[in-house]
Amino acid sequence: MDLPTFLVQCLNALQYGLLLFLVASGLTLIFGIMGVINLAHGSFYMIGAYLAFSLAPVFGGNFAATLAAGLVLAVIFGYLLEWLFVSYLYERDHLQQVLMTYGLILVFEELRSILVDNDVHGVPVPAWLSGSVQLGDLMQYPVYRLAISAVCLAVAAGLYFVIARTRLGMMVRAGSSNREMVQSLGINIKFLYRVVFAAGVALAVLAGMIAAPVSSVYPGMGAQVLIVCFVVVVIGGIGSVRGAFLAALLVGIVDTFGKVLFPQAAGVAIYLLMAAILLWKPEGLFRQG
Amino acid sequence: MHANAAAVSARHHWLPLVVVGLLMLFPLATTGFYLEFTSKVMILAIFALSLELLVGATGLVSLGHAAFYGIAAYATVLLSPMYGAAGVFWILPAAIACAALYAFCVGALALRTKGVYFIMVTLAFAQMAYYVFHDTKLGGGTDGIYLNFKPEVMLFGARIVDLGKPVAFYYVVLACLVLVFLFLAVLLESRFGRVLAGIRSNEQRMRAAGFATFPYKWAAFTLAGALAGLAGFLVAVKDGFVNPEMLSWHESGAVLLMLILGGMGRLSGAVLGAFAFALLQLFFQWDGVFGNFARHWPLMLGGTIILCVAFMPNGLIGLPGQWRAWRARKAAEAARG
Amino acid sequence: MADAAPLLRARSVTRRFGGLTAVSDVSLDLAEGEIHAVIGTNGAGKSTLINVLSGEIGITSGTVELLGNDVTKRSQPARAHAGLGRSYQRTTIFPRFTVFENCRLTAQATRQRPWNWWTAAASCKASTALAREALDRTGLAVIADRAAGLLSHGEKRQLEIAMCIATRPRVLLLDEPLAGMGAEETERMLGLLSGLKAGHAILLVEHDMDAVFRVSDRITVMVNGAVIASGVPAAVRADPEVQLAYLGEVNA
Repeated sequence: MDLPTFLVQCLNALQYGLLLFLVASGLTLIFGIMGVINLAHGSFYMIGAYLAFSLAPVFGGNFAATLAAGLVLAVIFGYLLEWLFVSYLYERDHLQQVLMTYGLILVFEELRSILVDNDVHGVPVPAWLSGSVQLGDLMQYPVYRLAISAVCLAVAAGLYFVIARTRLGMMVRAGSSNREMVQSLGINIKFLYRVVFAAGVALAVLAGMIAAPVSSVYPGMGAQVLIVCFVVVVIGGIGSVRGAFLAALLVGIVDTFGKVLFPQAAGVAIYLLMAAILLWKPEGLFRQG
Repeated sequence: MHANAAAVSARHHWLPLVVVGLLMLFPLATTGFYLEFTSKVMILAIFALSLELLVGATGLVSLGHAAFYGIAAYATVLLSPMYGAAGVFWILPAAIACAALYAFCVGALALRTKGVYFIMVTLAFAQMAYYVFHDTKLGGGTDGIYLNFKPEVMLFGARIVDLGKPVAFYYVVLACLVLVFLFLAVLLESRFGRVLAGIRSNEQRMRAAGFATFPYKWAAFTLAGALAGLAGFLVAVKDGFVNPEMLSWHESGAVLLMLILGGMGRLSGAVLGAFAFALLQLFFQWDGVFGNFARHWPLMLGGTIILCVAFMPNGLIGLPGQWRAWRARKAAEAARG
Repeated sequence: MADAAPLLRARSVTRRFGGLTAVSDVSLDLAEGEIHAVIGTNGAGKSTLINVLSGEIGITSGTVELLGNDVTKRSQPARAHAGLGRSYQRTTIFPRFTVFENCRLTAQATRQRPWNWWTAAASCKASTALAREALDRTGLAVIADRAAGLLSHGEKRQLEIAMCIATRPRVLLLDEPLAGMGAEETERMLGLLSGLKAGHAILLVEHDMDAVFRVSDRITVMVNGAVIASGVPAAVRADPEVQLAYLGEVNA
């Protein structure tokens, strides 16, 4: 592999890993703070992509406006979903949560089928980001992919800031390590949960929206990203956003280079990675405490 | 569950016997579609029973059980000779062995985790197997592959059963279901089975008493995989066709659903759940009732799942108990009020 | 005082969690026929000590010898097989099984034979005999067929002990067996513990000071993970450091 190709793959790995982080961070936060395992989390990613596709004509192809509208819808949707459905899952055991959110996946998939369709779609890259950057003599790299990485990094930085430096973040961190204590401290736990859940949904929807021009929009994308997110969370340790960040990058690298170096092995590389880590450190690489 | 063991078993033995009796008489009353459908459901019941050993008896919630089902099905087709029938007495053990081997390996790794991690890891390993069959040429890719000749059941040179005949196949499946049910019923009362029950209740206590719990869980996991393999073999023989979707997480989710639908913690619950699930699915796809909307049957199935888990946590078989508890609560309120 | 070698010998046992030292350089002996109590304020490291001795959590440094054998590197089930039993502070009975089945199942650990899948466990002579013995000893035989979840708190704590002795361990590590008990139940439990002394070495972690001073042959006092005093009850009671750190002004 020559240097420009290597560089391209590195950038691809970074972009994929960062997108994964966006989705996985929501998943791990929701589990860490509310103790709910939400199988339908991948569906939010899928919803984001289909939103990008359906809203594009509404805003005349203005990607920024589409994103903004999509995010607003996502937050509202997440808020309502938590209030009407997820809040009933807190007291239930994992098996029931798994099954109820599995039922939710079926519902979401069919609703999408009814409201949009079951086809594969493309979403055009916004014009102002459709250029390419020169890498070396022969290689070019799409500006849009760099933009994805930039957005994800910005979101990651924002997440870090909120969690480490704000009161809300303090409650999040406290709730992550000791739910009962946070409740007994009189913090409005219901509101906290709703906010966290809506944020998790928004993160996944955002990821789906910005990924749409690159990965196209297809029915199975929710399931696909969910399972990879599971691998990320297992490696990174559940409840740990920092762990999810590092694990997502690791998975991005292994998956991208795995596909390039061993195309016959397809997507098996990340599962082998997970198996290897389970052999070495069953609690995850970056488990807190 | 053990409190009034005698009373409980007396009350519940009649249900399986009645069901088996009905199933034995069923082919006399119907043919064609309903016969095939019931064969399929009985195979799903075996699949569900195998998961019950893991989830209901040992408390290990696996979201990747379809992998063993699918691997055995693929093994049946891939190991069968191209131009002749395989002898069932070698291909059945071989298919089960493939499923058991994967379960053995996955168990070694997955059982190092607990709780939510275990759920995610089992799903991931099933997905890995799915990708192997979906993306590589090993199993014909997304199209799947056909079983050219159904295995033949030859004993001392004579064919004793023709698996190609629907009625004969039906009875073979019924026999397998009864055998698996009886085997698990005996196993769960044995020393091994009681240890699994103890692990489910409080694994730490079992370790403090002196049980090395990992080998027990590993054995249960492998055995559950092997039994799922039996179901996979039967379905491959029945349909003569396998495709990667048999290892998909929808399949894993469906079998988990059967358990909670029927009621966990009881073998008859697993069987009941398989029937209930298959009937529900058939019902929602019936355009006689839902017209054009029947296309969107997963929507109704999904909604039903949510409602069932929310309001029927003990499944169908737990309904009488739930009803009794509700009546008792109402009586207590009336007495107070 | 027994002259024979102690049944359990802990030497310089230390357990660290990251920066926190929960147990620091603790050494103690458990001799046969003795109840050795470990007392200390909350957070003194008593439960951690039991967890380390039983093998439930790992040891950072130090050694544990059981019946003359070094078991420091052995797992909890292995130590249980070597003759170590423990009971828990929070009740860990199996609520859905009968009282009898609770004891029978733990007793089964001594002779497991899991490959025999066709014989019902209930007909296993070895474990049923051990269970009967344990229930007789703890006075629970009369309610053997009741579902364990329906027992009173005191009965559950008794069952906890019965399950512990069902495997016939030589050394017993008891974590607050008197927790949440009323006066009458405490008396019964103390009688049970005294009766268990013969043939066993007992480590008793407890908060009930009256009970501790009544029934123990030796007492070790822990503060912040370290031992500050160890000896016969009278000596411990008189020790000024103990009075300062733990007993306060009650015995001044």
